[in-house]
This record gives sequence, structure tokens and C-alpha cells, in this order.
Amino acid sequence: MGTQQKSKRETYFESIISHGYNRRDFMKFASFITAYMGLEHSMIGQVAKSLEASYRLPIIWEHYQECTCCSESFIRSDHPIVSDIILDNVSLDYTETLMAASGHQAEAAKHDTMKKYYGEYILCVEGSVPMGADGVYCTIAGKTALQHLKDAAEGAKLIIAWGSCATNGCVQGAKPNPTNATPIHKIIKNKPIVKMPGCPPIGEAMAALIVHYVTFGRLPELDRSGRPKAFYGKRVHDTCYRRPYFDAGLFAETFDDENAKEGYCLYKVGCKGPTTYNACGSMKWNNGVSFPIQSGHGCIGCSEANFWDNGPFYERLTNIPGFSIEGNADKVGKVAAGAVAAGLTAHAIAANVSKYKELKGRYTKGKLDYKNLDKKK
Amino acid sequence: MAERIVVDPVTRIEGHLRIEAEIKDGKIVDAYSSSTMVRGLENIVKGRDPRDVWAFAQRTCGVCTTVHAIASVRSVEDALGIVIPPNAEMVRNIMAGTLYMHDHCVHFYHLHALDWVDVVNALKADPAETSRIAQSISKWPKSSPGYFSDIQNRIKKFVESGQLGIFANGYWGHPQMKLPAEINLLGVAHYLEALEWQKEIVKIHTILGGKNPHPNYLVGGMACAINEESMGGLNAERLAHVGKLLKQGRDFINQVYIPDLLAIASFYKDWGAIGKGIGNYMSYGDFPTNGYSDPSNFKFPQGVILNRDLSKVYDVDHRNEDIEEFVNNSWYDNYTEGADTGRHPWDGETNIKYSGPKPPYEHLDISQKYSFIKTPRWKGNAMEVGPLARLLVGYARGNKEIQNAVNGALTHLDVPVEALFSTLGRTAARGIETQLVADWTMEFYNQLLTNIKNGDARMANMELWEPSKWPAEAKGVGFTEAPRGGLAHWIRIKDGKTENYQQVVPTTWNASPRDPKGQLSAYESALIGTPVADPELPLEIIRTIHSFDPCLACAVHLYDEHGKHISRVTNISSCIV
Repeated sequence: MGTQQKSKRETYFESIISHGYNRRDFMKFASFITAYMGLEHSMIGQVAKSLEASYRLPIIWEHYQECTCCSESFIRSDHPIVSDIILDNVSLDYTETLMAASGHQAEAAKHDTMKKYYGEYILCVEGSVPMGADGVYCTIAGKTALQHLKDAAEGAKLIIAWGSCATNGCVQGAKPNPTNATPIHKIIKNKPIVKMPGCPPIGEAMAALIVHYVTFGRLPELDRSGRPKAFYGKRVHDTCYRRPYFDAGLFAETFDDENAKEGYCLYKVGCKGPTTYNACGSMKWNNGVSFPIQSGHGCIGCSEANFWDNGPFYERLTNIPGFSIEGNADKVGKVAAGAVAAGLTAHAIAANVSKYKELKGRYTKGKLDYKNLDKKK
Repeated sequence: MAERIVVDPVTRIEGHLRIEAEIKDGKIVDAYSSSTMVRGLENIVKGRDPRDVWAFAQRTCGVCTTVHAIASVRSVEDALGIVIPPNAEMVRNIMAGTLYMHDHCVHFYHLHALDWVDVVNALKADPAETSRIAQSISKWPKSSPGYFSDIQNRIKKFVESGQLGIFANGYWGHPQMKLPAEINLLGVAHYLEALEWQKEIVKIHTILGGKNPHPNYLVGGMACAINEESMGGLNAERLAHVGKLLKQGRDFINQVYIPDLLAIASFYKDWGAIGKGIGNYMSYGDFPTNGYSDPSNFKFPQGVILNRDLSKVYDVDHRNEDIEEFVNNSWYDNYTEGADTGRHPWDGETNIKYSGPKPPYEHLDISQKYSFIKTPRWKGNAMEVGPLARLLVGYARGNKEIQNAVNGALTHLDVPVEALFSTLGRTAARGIETQLVADWTMEFYNQLLTNIKNGDARMANMELWEPSKWPAEAKGVGFTEAPRGGLAHWIRIKDGKTENYQQVVPTTWNASPRDPKGQLSAYESALIGTPVADPELPLEIIRTIHSFDPCLACAVHLYDEHGKHISRVTNISSCIV
């Protein structure tokens, strides 16, 4: 009674019925799931329909040139939690990070899914593909990452490009890009590709993309560059709780100064929030606990293409080459960033001069005694 | 007659690794370890602002997502003579300690446990008996018969769906799986609980570093300014959140991880004689309590042990030629001094030059260069790094806290001290040190609170922030103990830019190819002598490799003595489900 021999694909509904439950139990379950997912009561019918019609969605999750931070972020998801996703929502048939099997057994599991669910499985890609030197900079099971990608993409229904590696080449694609690290969309042209940039993307956003697809049977709305609008539709700057300080011209001048301690805007210490599209300001990280700016460090723009080469990270935004708003917005972006910077400087100087006067007394309180730090105790 | 076997890829690790092993009379007689992925990060950071490099270096690994940032900021601070405020030292320690707690638990349950726990066999367990066992070894509250029964039903339903997902083609029913069904069920239940728990403990990184994975660091200290009177900084609410999470983390470790580790280990004591390895152990030491420059105040002592001789501990110096890297068997251009010479990392170079077989390939040519990993040596010796090395160095240094923890575990398992030099020893050491680190991290947290109470709110030393204040040339080393072992970054700074950058990571020490003298590194050495019951299902190889907690993706390849592939296994779940 091997699992691989089992040809019939049982749907949720069939599975429940075969376990002695009736239709009423099934509808209760559907209501529960609907409520659990925080959806409107009116959605129960749709959820039930999707559960009736589907077996668990097979997923093949490939790893190429990456650091596994995307997988790590995925397992940090709080809602739904990842054990519910992999036990109840999808069938994660191949992932080097979590799967029990190794070696030939692992590759066999992947090929079983590629064959059995041809045209139906989702291919998730974590990592870029090195195109230099005929692909020898990343081989798995003796095959290049490029070959693995092409093989797995062929029967995929759609592709999810996790993180900045798969969507823009990320750190290994930074200058001089020694291995010619290449994002997925530049290799696979004939499949829908959803891009979830970020280093890594937010765990709950990753889980939500999968749950959205499983629940509604379709992808969330994407922007022109293929990113879900729900997570990449706004700049970090526009959802940042420190935005009022920006508007008021109140800035941290350096880290740990009196202004930084007050939680003022981090623009002057290099925050890339004004040019970065991500949900960090609204969803925050790790179930809403915090996000980089709230914890005192500027945004480094990790969900924008070429962000590694748009630095230095601690230099304020003035002249950014090619940040990507909705794909082809290089020129617009350049002008916008320039205008922001010019207007800001004048505004900021005036506002901060008066603030300095106000704060002058506090600077003498003696809590910032760096002078004696180097002296050993 | 010897045969060679191949497992490719080895899963449940970070990165891409390949191992070829030769088997004779059911035992491994030779092994080769190879990493098959390269990105060239050391070259990418050249010419960049040294204050930015931590972020690049951090992306070396998203699993031990903090240690490369720590090594990097330390290297720059070391080069420029920056001393960070005590609060920043404590915050870094808390974040590193959090990583140990997270990483070791995730390794045990999600990367290593499936080598020892038979998920499918758990379906045969009596949940009431599992409950009785659970309550006899721990006071962890989720232990009722109903709880384990629910878990069992959930797994049953999952298996019956015919879609085994991550559990497909696992080593279920393998003759080396020796746990009773009830313990298997306990393991599966806690696999799922640990998966849920791990996303909580990392919130400490989120509070202090803004996100996890890849929290933010800062040259000169940390960016999370302290201000107990404002919602803009670390205030009482934020700090209390950290404290709560630390306490929860420690409870999980003491009440779930450690009892499970001891219960499972007691069925695999024979693995206390397997996977011995080279017998040389090195710890850089870490968790400073009075500054990075004085290793004598570190919680983990620094030192080297040779040939399992615990009576003598040698000192480690990162700044002289004691540490050298070789590329004689690595896919890089040979150094100009010759193929068999080593270089200290300050003078190291990374000129990638692949010379392995053209893909697709069945096996590597092990008579030639065979890995993207370089080969580091300490005074010419191969070294094992990791939890076992840390504990042995601490033990040999006479550290009472470490000695008591190690002796306690040995007594509990009723095994001699020699059992530490093994696959089981590495896995046990990881658990033992997690308990220690969980306690220390609470100490760091309390120290941070005390500092703030006493009026010290400094979190970053920005005096030397501006490159205009730096010397024209400087060099530094930043070392730390990553969960997987000693890690160091070497930097040369020239005219405010990164002139050269070299990372020697734990897996470089453990997984490297042979050196010019033909000496084996830790993985290759530890595999020799390992029994392999069924070359088609080389579970034993996976166990020993996983005991090191590899940080690269890995592939183990099995051949016969003429390099001929043995037949492939396509479906093993069919025989046991």
C-alpha cells in the first residue's frame, strides 16, 4: 500500500467522508477554516467549494544560490503556522531544507511529483541560477541549477520566485556578480511567475500567498512586475509610524544620539524606506512584533532590485540608480528621489535647528559619554 | 570488495554538499566531502564601505542568521580600535544566545530527528503509553493521552492521504531505526511543537534587530537605542517582551528538548562509538562578559585540543600564521607561491576556477580538485569545530559549569567520557550547551537591565563612525562561535574601503577537502569506520554528517570500487506504509 502507488487523488471532502464524517461535519469544518483564516462569513461557500474540489496542492521547492533565509522565514509564519500548511494545505513534496529523504530518494520524490502532477504542481524557487561557466557554480545531484530549473519548470502550473535571490539575483548578483547569478524570470519565459522579493520576504506574506492560492484557487492581484499588490503596493516610507517625524523634519543625526533615542526619522542615517516597496511598515515582522525602523536601523531596501549596489546603506538617499517602482520606473524614481532630497534638506535644516535648541539641555545629562568608552575598566 | 555509494543531495542542511564514500565489508573505508555551490561573496564586498559589509556577510547563511554579522562588525571594530558599549555587548550576546536556542532546537527536531525517529512507525504507538513516558521524563504540560492521540490521528490522516510531502521516501522501517513506537510518537509530536515554538523565540531578534531572519547590526554597537521614557526605543515593554521569550525558550529547552534528547539517545548508545573523527578540537571562545579583546572573560573558553588529549589545551591566535588556508584540492587558482602552500586569511584570495567534471556528472574526479571549500589548518593540523569542541575545550580548561553539565549527561546516559568523541557525542553536546547558553542568556538580559537601572543607556559608540577619522590602512579579525563552530572574518581596510575580506566558516573547517599532506578534515574522517547496513539507504552516513550540523547543501555519492553507480532507490515508503 505504498503511497506512490496510490493513484487516486482524494479531495478534502472525500477524505472526510471516507473517515465516517457527513456533509454537515464537512460544512462545520469549512466554517471553522473560514473563521480561522479571518475571512467573512459569506466566504464559507467558496472555501467549502475549494476544499471539495482539491487534493493537497503539490509543491516542489528548489534551492539554488541562496542562504536558506527564505525557507527560514517561511517557517516563522504565525498565521497560518507552517505545520498546518504542510500537513493540511499543501503537499511539500521536495525541499532540501526539511524533507526526510536525501540523495536519490529525495530526487525520486521530486520526479514522482513532476510526473504524477504534470501541469498541476507549483514550483517554488529559492535562490538565483549561476549562468557563468556553463552553470558549474551550483550543481545538485551532478546537474546544474539551470538544468534543474528548466526540468522542474516544464510541468509547473506556476512559479513562485521567493526572495530577492530568485527575483533579482540578490547578494551574489551584486557587482561584480562573479558567477553571473541570474533571476528566474530571465530564464523561464513561458510560465506565470509570482515575485516575492525581500531578503527574506516576510514569513506571513509568504504563507498568505500560498493560502490565498489554495483557498481561492487563483493568485492575488499582481503589479506590473509580478509582485502581489497586497504586500508590495506601498512604500515602507508611506506606512512607517515614524513618517510624522519625517514630515516634521525631525531626524536622527547619527545612531544612538538623542534624536535616535526619541525614535525620530532615520532618513539621514540612510533609511531606504522612501524607495522601498514592502509590507514591513504595515504587517511588520514575526507576527507584527517590530520591523527594522522600529528597532532603530534604517531600511536597507532589501526588496528592491539591485539594493546591494544602491548603497552605501548609511548614506542618505540622493541619487539612486535604477530603483524599481512597478518595473519601468527608473527615470521617474530618479526624479522623485532627487526632488525629495532637495526639498528635504532645506526643510530639515530649519526644523532641526529649532529642535536642537530645545534639546540642548538634554545633551548635557551625561548619558552619551563616548569619550571614556575606549578606556578599559 | 569495496563499493562506492552516493547520496545526492543530502537534505536537512543549509547549502549544497556532496560526499563520496567507499564501503568495504559493510563499513566506510574512505570518504570525500565536496561543496558544489559558490557565490563569491568575498569578492563582492571588495571596495565597499566596511560599515556595510556585515549585511553582505550576513547573507552567507540564513540559518545561523546573525553570526556572520557579528563576526563582520567585530572585524571592522577590531581593525579600527572601536570598543562597543557594555549594553551593545549584552544585546549581541542575547541575540547570539537566542540563535543558539533556536538553531540547536531546530537542528535537533527538524534537521536531525528524522534520522532517528521513524515517523510512520509512530502510527503503531499506544498514545496512553506515550503519555506515561512523557510525564515520567518531563513536567511539560502538553502530555495527556488525548494530546498524543490527536497527533497520531493527524499523522494517520496525513499518511492515508497518499501525499507524504516532506516525509516521502524517508528512511522509515530502516533496520537502524530503533526507537519504540511510543517514543517515535513523542518525537513526532515535539517535531510539530518545536516548529511552532521556534517562530516565538526569534522574536527576540525582531525586537532588538528589527526582523528575523537577518536582523540588523551596526559597527560600533547596536541600533536599538535605549529610552525607557519613549515609545521610540527599548523601553520597559520591549525589554519585558524579550524577558518573557527568553523564559519560554528556556522552559522548552529544559522540559522538551533535553528530556527528548536523553530519551532518544538512550536507545542509540552504540553511536557513542561511531563517527569518531580526527580528534583535534578547536574553540575560538565566545560570549564576552567584559569586552571582545579579552578571551579570558568569555563564557565559552578559547583553545585547541590535539589527539583527544584533555590534559593539555593550546592557545589560539588569529593574527599569526597558525591559521592558514589551502586550495590544493579546491576549485580556485593556486596561490602564486605554489599549489601546496597555505595563506593566512589576511593575505587570502578567492579566485574561483572550476576544474571539476562537466555537468551532468555521475561522480567527481577525486584525484583532482574536488570542492568549492578551501582547506583551513591550525599549525598544519585539521580541526573539528562545533558544540563538542566547545565543551571539550571548556572541560579541559577546567570550567566548572561546563564540567558539571557534561558529567551530568554522561552519568544520565551511563556512558564513559570516550563516548563524547562520536556522532552521539556531537548530538548530545549540542543539547548540553543549549541548556548552558539558555541560562547565560538570561544572565546577559539581567545584566542589561542592571546597566540601564544604573543609568547607562549607551548602545553605540559612534566616535569613529566617519571614515575621515580612520587610518589610511588597518586590518582586523572578528571571531565568534557560531552554533556550528568557530567562525572568523578577516578584513583589510584601505582608504576607507574594504581592500580584502576572507571568511573561514565552521563548515570550512569541518567539510573541507584534503590538505597537501593528505590529511582528512572532520567529515571525511568521521565517516570512516561508520557501518552502512544497506548501501541503497545510507541512513548512517546522513546521521554522522548531520551530527556536525552542516551549513551548506550537501550530496553524498555512493559508487562501487570501479566508480560504478549502484542501482538507484526510487521508492522506499512503499514497503512500510
